[in-house]
Amino acid sequence: MAATNKPPVTGAGPFNGVLTWFDQRFPLMVLWKSQLSEYYAPKNFNTWYFYGSLALMVLVIQIVSGIFLTMNYKPSAEHAFASVEYIMRDVPGGWIIRYIHSTGASAFFIVVYLHMARGLMYGSYRKPRELTWIFGVLIYLCLMAEAFFGYLLPWGQMSYWGAQVIINLFATIPVIGEDLSVWIRGDYNVSDATLNRFFALHVIAIPMALLGLVAAHLMALHETGSNNPDGIEIYDNVDPKTGTPVDGIPFHPYYTVKDLVGVAVFLIVFCAVVFFSPEVGGYFLEYNNFLPADPLTTPAHIAPVWYFTPFYAMLRAIPSFFNMQVWGVIVMGAAVMIFFALPWLDRRRTKSIRYRGPIYKAFFAVFIVSFLILGYLGVEPTNVWGEFPKGMPVVGGDYIATWVARVLTAVYFAFFLLMPWYTARDKEKPVPQRLT
Amino acid sequence: MKKLLAILLAVPGIALASSGGAALDRAPVDLHDKMSLQRGAQIFVNHCLNCHAASAMRYSKLTELGLTEQQVRDNLMLATDKVGEPMASTLDPKDGKAWFGVNPPDLSLVARARGADWLYTYLRGFYRDPATKTGWNNTVFPNVGMPHVLWEYQGSQVLHAAEHGAGKLALESPGKLSPAEYDKYAGDLVNYLVYMGEPARAKRVQIGIVVMFFLAVFFVITVLLKKEYWKDVR
Repeated sequence: MAATNKPPVTGAGPFNGVLTWFDQRFPLMVLWKSQLSEYYAPKNFNTWYFYGSLALMVLVIQIVSGIFLTMNYKPSAEHAFASVEYIMRDVPGGWIIRYIHSTGASAFFIVVYLHMARGLMYGSYRKPRELTWIFGVLIYLCLMAEAFFGYLLPWGQMSYWGAQVIINLFATIPVIGEDLSVWIRGDYNVSDATLNRFFALHVIAIPMALLGLVAAHLMALHETGSNNPDGIEIYDNVDPKTGTPVDGIPFHPYYTVKDLVGVAVFLIVFCAVVFFSPEVGGYFLEYNNFLPADPLTTPAHIAPVWYFTPFYAMLRAIPSFFNMQVWGVIVMGAAVMIFFALPWLDRRRTKSIRYRGPIYKAFFAVFIVSFLILGYLGVEPTNVWGEFPKGMPVVGGDYIATWVARVLTAVYFAFFLLMPWYTARDKEKPVPQRLT
Repeated sequence: MKKLLAILLAVPGIALASSGGAALDRAPVDLHDKMSLQRGAQIFVNHCLNCHAASAMRYSKLTELGLTEQQVRDNLMLATDKVGEPMASTLDPKDGKAWFGVNPPDLSLVARARGADWLYTYLRGFYRDPATKTGWNNTVFPNVGMPHVLWEYQGSQVLHAAEHGAGKLALESPGKLSPAEYDKYAGDLVNYLVYMGEPARAKRVQIGIVVMFFLAVFFVITVLLKKEYWKDVR
């Protein structure tokens, strides 16, 4: 006798029996259909739509490689650095696992930045997908925390001094700052206690939050349906007979097989890095991090890993006012947090950049360029472009790069803060009724 | 294929070996030259390992350089008789601090932190300088704590200050080796240091090429699969 009144599963050949057994005890077919085989996605996704599924894959890569690293890594100030080298030399296949994990960290940010740029271009943050966007920004925040905590674990010079600099940012907060930074470190300096708690946060706390947020991100997405490069809703044109959107195709098999092509291309690039150049010229693995942490020797030039450098450049560019250093920290925090407000800053009916006017396009282009230049400046020391001549008014004697970073920080914020104004005034092109 | 390998192996060495400012000479790194690596290992244990340690490197790993365990025992193990042991230094850290001002750093990863070109230039950049404690100075590591340990081989150089840029080194009194021979000698040592920084490196590139072929096939299959499924999408 069947466990429930559900009809048996058909169409799976020899697996019909097994699937029926499961389906009568678990919402197997309902989930399969609603999330994959009958989840309708717009048929015009372009290459920008690969990065969502790739981000999910990198998450899995990081979790799996991370599990294997934890089997041999020792989270203690005395043994951490040596245990990483033990993994690189004495653990069979250890170097592959370690390079996969270190390359995966940078790959995660590359993929997520491209995924966010896609959202910006095609207005994927707009109504009704505000929550999908917000969950996405939360994922980005978790990712930054995850990368920051993880970077301390190899216990190299950059691990140590990078963490020291970032935690000291909290010390600039008036009144509570000092106590707060001690609370974060668990000590007066970055030490064994700090390493232990960062390990706990890196391997369990943040990954759990990440997984939950990714699930929420996908659930919210599948509730509203996906946006597309035209920024129009496919459910506005539904076939009256079948009730499915005429411009939609089932996610499975169409996009599962298409995403496989993305996976193949991604893996080619990813493995090229892992096997042929895992340091990527000091950008993925900093050369100074091959020196063990030394609390008594401050490196001449402390730079975070590339994915934090746009915000680091902002932090360095902001001068202190009223004898307080906290302004740079506020600007840096605001630069990340402002993404949350995006759905409500944009006033235009058109979602996609394809049908927006020249003002938005210009702002968008300048914003992207500013972000990239800030990223470059954050890698380099502040004197990279020399200084202004002494006699010049206002800027005389200051570093050129510092002022460029200040201007670009202003541009970065102008893109967001002026958005209600310029999007309301921009001309838009007529939006088509159907996907193009 | 050999050429491709050489290029791929060289890539990490090229980029970002900055700081210091002095122009660096190109180190002749070739991880497939087993003879060079063996000579480098010999130089390393004879001249570096007295004060520096290489705590991440086990003697038994040296069999990867085409040596038998007995050869390693007979020729390269001066401080221990256990082949599975890491390369420890016999120098007491306190003595090191007292003699050189700093404890000589562990050299397991020095090639990864400094870069091969820096090391190659450094090993050839010592010159006489009466102003320093040891009587030696270095073009890429000003006021270095280490005296020129290999001076017997290179001889001693002096630095002629130039009007523009870095000065020019000149050989004051020759050593056991000619300048060309010493360059090769230093090159062998750097080659070994690069190997020791990442013993898996040559194997890594080898496996990588197989992985690339596999992924190229996988890519073709996914493209064909996608085309097949998307035939009916207008």
